[in-house]
Amino acid sequence: MTSAVDTARPAPVLRDKSFWSTFLIGVAVIAGIDEIVFHQLLGWHHLYDLSTPEVGLVSDGLLHAAELIAIVAGFFLFADARRRGSFSPIAAWAGFFVGGGLFQLWDGTINHKLLRLHQVRYDVDLLPYDLAWNAAGFTLLASGAVLTVIAARRRRASHSG
Amino acid sequence: MTGHDSPGSGLDPAVAFAIAVGLAAVVYLGAVVREHRRGTRTWPSHRTVLFVAGVGVIIGTLVGPLARLSHTDFAAHMWSHLLVGMLAPLLLVLSAPVTLALRSLHVVPARRLSRLLASPVPRFLSHPIPAAGLSVGSLWVLYATPLSALMIGNEYLHYLLLAHFFAAGYLFTASMVGVDPAPHRPGFRLRLGVLVIAVAAHSTLAKHVAMHPPQGIPAASAEAGAQVMYYVGDLLEFALIVVFFAQWYVAARPRPDARRHPESPVSEAAAPPAPRNRG
Repeated sequence: MTSAVDTARPAPVLRDKSFWSTFLIGVAVIAGIDEIVFHQLLGWHHLYDLSTPEVGLVSDGLLHAAELIAIVAGFFLFADARRRGSFSPIAAWAGFFVGGGLFQLWDGTINHKLLRLHQVRYDVDLLPYDLAWNAAGFTLLASGAVLTVIAARRRRASHSG
Repeated sequence: MTGHDSPGSGLDPAVAFAIAVGLAAVVYLGAVVREHRRGTRTWPSHRTVLFVAGVGVIIGTLVGPLARLSHTDFAAHMWSHLLVGMLAPLLLVLSAPVTLALRSLHVVPARRLSRLLASPVPRFLSHPIPAAGLSVGSLWVLYATPLSALMIGNEYLHYLLLAHFFAAGYLFTASMVGVDPAPHRPGFRLRLGVLVIAVAAHSTLAKHVAMHPPQGIPAASAEAGAQVMYYVGDLLEFALIVVFFAQWYVAARPRPDARRHPESPVSEAAAPPAPRNRG
């Protein structure tokens, strides 16, 4: 590689459009699954429960807006990464899992427990549900972290080799 | 809620509004025909379709079954608000009426129009922050205060407010995805931030209406109306967001010679979607 100095070093995975496009898609997909499966099909959660404080409604509204925008932004960024020829599938999967995992954990801790927006399910012992919810989030996030490391290593290897 | 039957005498305000809006369509179509006759530049036909569709949506909320229902039914009332305040503005903004006017007017009136649009008040109102504040703020004032009871009972106030929501919705939509010339359009990031907050305020208000029914509206119909506001509002916001990012996608397309132009933006994410129909 004898190109100019600024292009000799590989761009870090975390500055890659492949990563951030699917990060956004991951957040929106997990949020969408939450909204469709648990809110609407199973009816476990509700749009609001009567104990929801006004601050919870505002936080939920912001979250909802962010999801709606994230899915669209994610797809257009994804298309942009592909047309620029800089698309990396591993970085993209890494982004998807990190985004989805962070969202699931955030929902399970901040939304459910701290803001008490709503609970996973009502009239049951919550502990196993909360544990399963957050364990699922942690698994997604951990897979994403592993993929990120692999993507970064491959990038370095292909550059030095 | 009064079941107000308009007597045969005089012109129904709804019909008068519908005729005025229909006339706007005639003017637009006339201008398009003249553009084509002149033959130097043609007007893109999708813009004409968008304009006619936008006018159709407005007329549909003024006369016909939805208009009748919306005087008594809160969910139908919410439908007409969403159509007039969100769908019609999106269709009409993308039909680029100002561009068409500037092209077909004579030089002097065209200059006057562009000077008027560049004067302080229109410039302030078409900035994303005031436009979003006006649009979402008046919704909050209406539904979180006793004003809504007044409006449901009063036909004239109903049309006045519909006109207000259309104007506010148009300003907001134009500030987000306008294709007409806007000399001082703020950057992509600012508009994106305002969009997030506006969408959030809308869905928060829908839940607020479900939890605290506006005065004079039974809890069950308040909830039905709130659901329309939440889900249909979402769908229309989704359409707006798709247009927003589609414009970004077009504006940020890679140009092979981009590096030779020092004035080109460093980050394409900061570049505003450029109007595509100039020239």
